[in-house]
Amino acid sequence: MATEITVGIAGAAGDGLDRTGDTLARTAARLGLHVYTYNSYQSLIRGGHTWLRLRLSEEKVDNHGDHLGVLVALNQDGIERHAREVEAGGAIIFNGARFHCDPSLVPKGVTLVPLPVPDLTAKLGKLLPVMQNTAALGALLHLVGFDLEVTAEILLETFKKKGQEIIDQNVGVLRAGYAHGARTVPALGHPWKFSRKRRPVVTGNHMMALGAVAGGCKFYSAYPMSPASFILHWLAAHSEKCGVVVKQAEDELAVINLAIGAGHAGVRSMCATSGGGFALMSEAIGMAGMIETPVVVVNVQRGGPSTGLPTKSEQGDLNQVFGASQGDYPRVIIAPRDATDCFHSTVEALNLAEAFQLPVTLISDLLLGEHRSTIDPESISSDVAIERGEWVTALPPDDADNGGYKRYALTPSGISPRARPGTTGCIHVSGTDDHDEYGILISDEHTNPAIRRKMHEKRMRKMDGVRARLQPPVLEGPARADVTLIGWGSTWSVIHEAAEQLSREGVSASQVHFKYMYPFHGAEARALLQGCAHTVVVENNFTGQFARHLRAESGFTVDHVLVRYDGEPFEPAWIAQRVRALLEGKAVDLAVTEHEAREMAYHYIRIHMHDRTRPGRLQPIAESGYGEPLWAVELVDRSDGKPEGMLVIGRDTGSLYGWHPADPRLLGETATAAFATALGVSSRAHPFTGDTAGRAPQGRAH
Amino acid sequence: MATTELTLKSLDGPVEPDWCPGCGDFGVLKSIKEAIVSLGIPPHDVLIVSGIGCSSNLPGFIHAYGVHSLHGRALPVATGAALANHALHVIAVGGDGDGYGIGMAHFIHAMRRNLNLTYIVMDNEIYGLTTGQASPTTTEGHKTKSTPRGNVEKPVQPLALALASGATYVARGFSGEQKQLSRLVAGAIAHRGFSLIDVFSPCVTFNKVNTYPFFKERVYKLEDEKGYDATDLMAAMEKSMQFGARIPIGLLYSVDKPTYEDSEPVFAKGPLVDQPLGLDARTFQDILAETM
Repeated sequence: MATEITVGIAGAAGDGLDRTGDTLARTAARLGLHVYTYNSYQSLIRGGHTWLRLRLSEEKVDNHGDHLGVLVALNQDGIERHAREVEAGGAIIFNGARFHCDPSLVPKGVTLVPLPVPDLTAKLGKLLPVMQNTAALGALLHLVGFDLEVTAEILLETFKKKGQEIIDQNVGVLRAGYAHGARTVPALGHPWKFSRKRRPVVTGNHMMALGAVAGGCKFYSAYPMSPASFILHWLAAHSEKCGVVVKQAEDELAVINLAIGAGHAGVRSMCATSGGGFALMSEAIGMAGMIETPVVVVNVQRGGPSTGLPTKSEQGDLNQVFGASQGDYPRVIIAPRDATDCFHSTVEALNLAEAFQLPVTLISDLLLGEHRSTIDPESISSDVAIERGEWVTALPPDDADNGGYKRYALTPSGISPRARPGTTGCIHVSGTDDHDEYGILISDEHTNPAIRRKMHEKRMRKMDGVRARLQPPVLEGPARADVTLIGWGSTWSVIHEAAEQLSREGVSASQVHFKYMYPFHGAEARALLQGCAHTVVVENNFTGQFARHLRAESGFTVDHVLVRYDGEPFEPAWIAQRVRALLEGKAVDLAVTEHEAREMAYHYIRIHMHDRTRPGRLQPIAESGYGEPLWAVELVDRSDGKPEGMLVIGRDTGSLYGWHPADPRLLGETATAAFATALGVSSRAHPFTGDTAGRAPQGRAH
Repeated sequence: MATTELTLKSLDGPVEPDWCPGCGDFGVLKSIKEAIVSLGIPPHDVLIVSGIGCSSNLPGFIHAYGVHSLHGRALPVATGAALANHALHVIAVGGDGDGYGIGMAHFIHAMRRNLNLTYIVMDNEIYGLTTGQASPTTTEGHKTKSTPRGNVEKPVQPLALALASGATYVARGFSGEQKQLSRLVAGAIAHRGFSLIDVFSPCVTFNKVNTYPFFKERVYKLEDEKGYDATDLMAAMEKSMQFGARIPIGLLYSVDKPTYEDSEPVFAKGPLVDQPLGLDARTFQDILAETM
């Protein structure tokens, strides 16, 4: 097995967590390790809870895995939420001068590394609070056995523009943190073999932007929308260097129409958005199909519908992308599977768009678009094929009969050579009404069914040409497996790892992954899947949108659909465990888990208790007056750990039934008694202690 | 083969206009042709982009490149094309519903950019192609199919909006004043920057209020008004709001300001459409090094 570790960094937005994570990722990438980061963040600029996980491995990894080796907590909340997730042999690093770690939260075999940050950095002058991160990073480098000098070099490059004083401060704090770690705790003992081969640390969005300019995109338009905005930011910053015009527009209606206008005039154009913006683009995507203008549209999906989960990942827009625009029109829909694939798929999208004169949608998601991972530098290059399709560049000069040029010539391939505006002798109008070969409308004075039929067939015929060029899906893993896991887009890696886990545990598993959503290899898919013993589609949405698409296009119905729609990405063990249960004939259990009950309590705390408490113990209550089992969640004071009361949550529905204060006087005796009766416990008895008397009044009314 | 001589006849499109006899849009079509002839622009260097509506059928009736795009989207399509190839003369055309209703956001924002574009709105104060509903410029009290008790909404003031939004050439024309309109269109095409001409273009079928006689009685030409200074923004603003017993037509405002194209460094190397595609190996490696 390859040596690996997962480091989690927890804090609030504004704690400088991204920078710390970035420095760690680059350090690992320079040592020759592979990195995958998953940042679970919220839609706000300051505060909240942000949870960044970095999986560092000698092998290529493309998901955040199932483990937590070291927790770096940048605030008290981070300790409380994640300390219990650290595995034996791991460690928890935090600023001991500002935060404390309740021993009850710490699993056995986990080392606490409280850093006396003010003492460590006293000699370095007055420091910003965010410098605690750098001290923690130093201690972390010691624990995981990384080369301090590599990180020092990165800090030097990062702060180069800010002057020697800032560099010295940062590197000084880093060294102090490292030295303290080395003095006080042993390293965790990872037997790394550092190849020291430097690797780029990139995101899917980043690779789409780079793929776009490498692939000849000259015009990019966008309206800000998470999680697609980075493509806009990157291209805007690199516009001059890469010779691409970048235009932020007033809305997504403008965005797509700008891109189509540019595409029509003869440049390769692209735009990107997320589901909400894509909805606004819908009509114009059909226009691109009708007037046969190449355009590439990126949909970086987030949780929907409506504003949905702005900072969470989902594969929920497949139906929307299929359903974009009224009517039938030729188009291509591609779902890349990782960052490298984002680069190549974008080049491919630009080529297909121009070769076949149609809209191409790249469907990515927040996870793929925003996660950072290492790629092999050889896996991408500027040397990509740029295929511009069929053009007419010179016909005799203008004359009244258009020089015989037929913009929409009825050809066997369905492709009619284009002429860009400005070309002599090829004057024509591209109309969104259906039209004849010359572009003259057939829909106004007398709709012509014969021309409509042949023109519609011509356009749709292009799909045959596209399909013939696309790689059909393949079966990965054993030919006769117990179970075949099917996915699409960004989940290839996590499903791959789940299949490996299953195989290790005695359930042989294979994988079929789909990249081309449309045109779809229906016959090939059917041929691959009908020989499989047991098939499970794994996807990140509620209704199993891909499973339905597979059935519609191939006639093949899978045995099970395993879906996740809570905003969080899959983890290998999450999939493997549920696939085993499905194979054993067990239904998926939708009851609120202990972890989820705790998350729900955090929500209550945020709304009603101003973050004064934290969840303590949890206890299931099998029967209650609420008609369902319950979770009793003890809330305790964050400073002294004393119980403040109990929150009661329905295990089936997730409904918040109420707050049962430790001191009944807070709610009033009558209300508390009624509540206790509904709860099914003896009057005023506490499910954790059995106490029947009220505690000393230490809580406050909520 | 010699280039066909540029005449009004040579600019005829492949089909005859399908507008109702007497439609104001005929006058607009003629004025665009006259402007192209007077400026001597080869028709293959002209791209006319329209939306949807009666007036948006115009590109099909003139011998020039055209995109007959979606309802309300003429300006963004035209903007994209103009940025892709700023050597083209890009003219957006359409009606008041197309430009001031469904396309209103684009109208405002296109003007803020001061792109080198001409926008001609055939303003008939009604939705014609959908058979006579109230439009954004329908006057108050006007009874239409969608406002049987009379329109209660204030009409938009396109010229005032244009002035407030940064258009650098703002004019109002009238189909019944063909010669003036041709001069205004030629001026707009020749102008560097965003030019708007709002043209009273009566709908003879569905608008029985804002008719040729209605306008003939009210319009007066700004060029006949002594001392009117078309570089004075506030004077233009005052004229832009005048719509009653007297309505000014002509050039309200024209100034030279840097265009959007002037500010785009990528255009230093010429029109985008003629620039090389892709990245060279060195640039690519430089970019990749940013991530390592």
